[in-house]
Amino acid sequence: MNLKPLLAAMSAVLAMSCAAIVPTVARAQIEVDIDKGAVKPLPVAIPAFSGGGRGADISQVISGNLERSGLFQPLNVQGVADQLTDVNVQPRFPDWQATGAQALINGQVTVGADGVLRVDFRLWDTFSQQQLLGLQFTSTAENWRRVAHKISDAVYERLTGEKGYFDTRVAFVAESGSKMARVKKLAIMDQDGANPSYITDGSYIVMTPRFSATSQEITYMALRPTGSSIYLLNLQTGRTETVGKFPGMVFAPRFSPDGTKVAFSVEKGGNSDIYVLDLRSRASTRITTDPAIDTSPSFSPDGSKIVFNSDRGGQAQLYVMNSDGSGVRRISYGGGRYTTPVWSPRGDFVAFTKQTGGQFHIGVMRPDGGDERLLTTSYLDEGPTWAPNGRVLMFSRESSSGNSRLWTVDVTGRILRAAAYQGAASDPAWSPLLD
Amino acid sequence: MSFETNRVVRLALIGLAAASLAACASRPKPAGPVAPATPSQPTAPPYTQPAVPPSPVDQGPLPGTVQDFVINIGERVYFDTDQYDIRSDAQPTLTAQAQWLNRYPAVRVRIEGNADERGTREYNLALGARRANAVREFLVGQGVSGSRIETLSYGKERPIDPGTNEDAWAKNRNARTAITDGAR
Repeated sequence: MNLKPLLAAMSAVLAMSCAAIVPTVARAQIEVDIDKGAVKPLPVAIPAFSGGGRGADISQVISGNLERSGLFQPLNVQGVADQLTDVNVQPRFPDWQATGAQALINGQVTVGADGVLRVDFRLWDTFSQQQLLGLQFTSTAENWRRVAHKISDAVYERLTGEKGYFDTRVAFVAESGSKMARVKKLAIMDQDGANPSYITDGSYIVMTPRFSATSQEITYMALRPTGSSIYLLNLQTGRTETVGKFPGMVFAPRFSPDGTKVAFSVEKGGNSDIYVLDLRSRASTRITTDPAIDTSPSFSPDGSKIVFNSDRGGQAQLYVMNSDGSGVRRISYGGGRYTTPVWSPRGDFVAFTKQTGGQFHIGVMRPDGGDERLLTTSYLDEGPTWAPNGRVLMFSRESSSGNSRLWTVDVTGRILRAAAYQGAASDPAWSPLLD
Repeated sequence: MSFETNRVVRLALIGLAAASLAACASRPKPAGPVAPATPSQPTAPPYTQPAVPPSPVDQGPLPGTVQDFVINIGERVYFDTDQYDIRSDAQPTLTAQAQWLNRYPAVRVRIEGNADERGTREYNLALGARRANAVREFLVGQGVSGSRIETLSYGKERPIDPGTNEDAWAKNRNARTAITDGAR
């Protein structure tokens, strides 16, 4: 276990204060309608924040976040005459209007004698010449990337009306080696691909990490020639424990939204059923008894229901049941095979992998099975995970050459992007928003 | 050992055996009355040691070894897409596995179920477990004690053919009987 960098990063998350320095203007002139999937991204100017190199670093991280969302188009504003050296001085709007930018994000960075990083920023509507946001963040100097992510979240929320998802992390499986002897390591990174850290050493296969809603814990599956295990890893203490001993395979773990339970599959004599482990009492309860494959359980946000996939109807389809196993109801009826259902954190959709016509798709449907929409198509897409705002999904896409990468797509399916992490990877799991 | 290597080894062994038979057949024999002499044939030279020593006859792996099981019995059987019933073409292999295991009762095995990549990870773990268990039940039905057999599913994590066509997927849908202990 190599937890040191990870723990350092986690413990570096000091109290990050955020205070509005100017009340926000009640009504923005510009708005981005996220549900329409940004037919045309909003042009935005994000000049380097004043205050030296760190200022430029911070505006670059903000720019990267907003650009990858697909909703914003950061412009090259290097030649603009207005230097914006003082964040307390109103910008010269005609300069910014001339760039075509509808929004302007400017800011300044100072580091106090005590080493405390202070970042002031303002978000402007360049045409109505109104300030939409003015916030100050203070943090430790090494935490500057998180400040940039928090500013990105504030801007995103102000302009789209939806919560941001930039101050988050992603657990995933880092891959290397040939297809026939793939090395798989548990890894975690910032959502923009920065600060990757590798938690296991690749001496055994790891799969399907998932975050707890508290974000301090990850559950994942390990597979060795001697058998499979489900681990719970506390990111703060580095402590690992298993969900217990079972005679057959254990796999497909996922936390309940309140973090008090883990649902997973247990195989016995070739038959896989879903169990729920209460983390406080350590008691596990079998909640499906069908001789079919029952796996990939995912709780509804209120914890009262579980969506899962089963081939009890002949081939893999999606089913919803009460979290005690009662009231099982099939929700997917399309042709093809449906697997890996994941309930959106806001409850309005279930995302899934669908196989049809020799292709794989990431799709979403309502929890009652209505409004099915396929968002992607490729040789092999699988395993969607929701950003905490429930409007963006990350998944793994493996090409026919066997190279697996992380991708994101929004719920409209219009904004499909390779994720920022450049290495071979699979099984992403998005964290909740960090504190 | 992969399916293909296995086949290559087997073909090589057959080739070797054929070559050694041919060598025996053409080896000069001491003069004798067996072959009728034809008038045109020159007088046989006096017997000399052949320049090339006779090729060795392949004896195969020692019975009861892992090699014996892999080469002479076969460690993998194959399945249809999304299925786990034992195909008729797998039954001779599994019957031979059971007979071999009954002959060497100290041997313990782990049956590893595998799936092709045309399915998602968790479902394929469950499917691989079904396949491993189907093989286990077959062997138990042929008299092998269940206490000697453990099962494991690799899902789609350990393909034996990296290809992206039906041929490759057909090979990757398999269950491997791996000897873990007790072989000679």
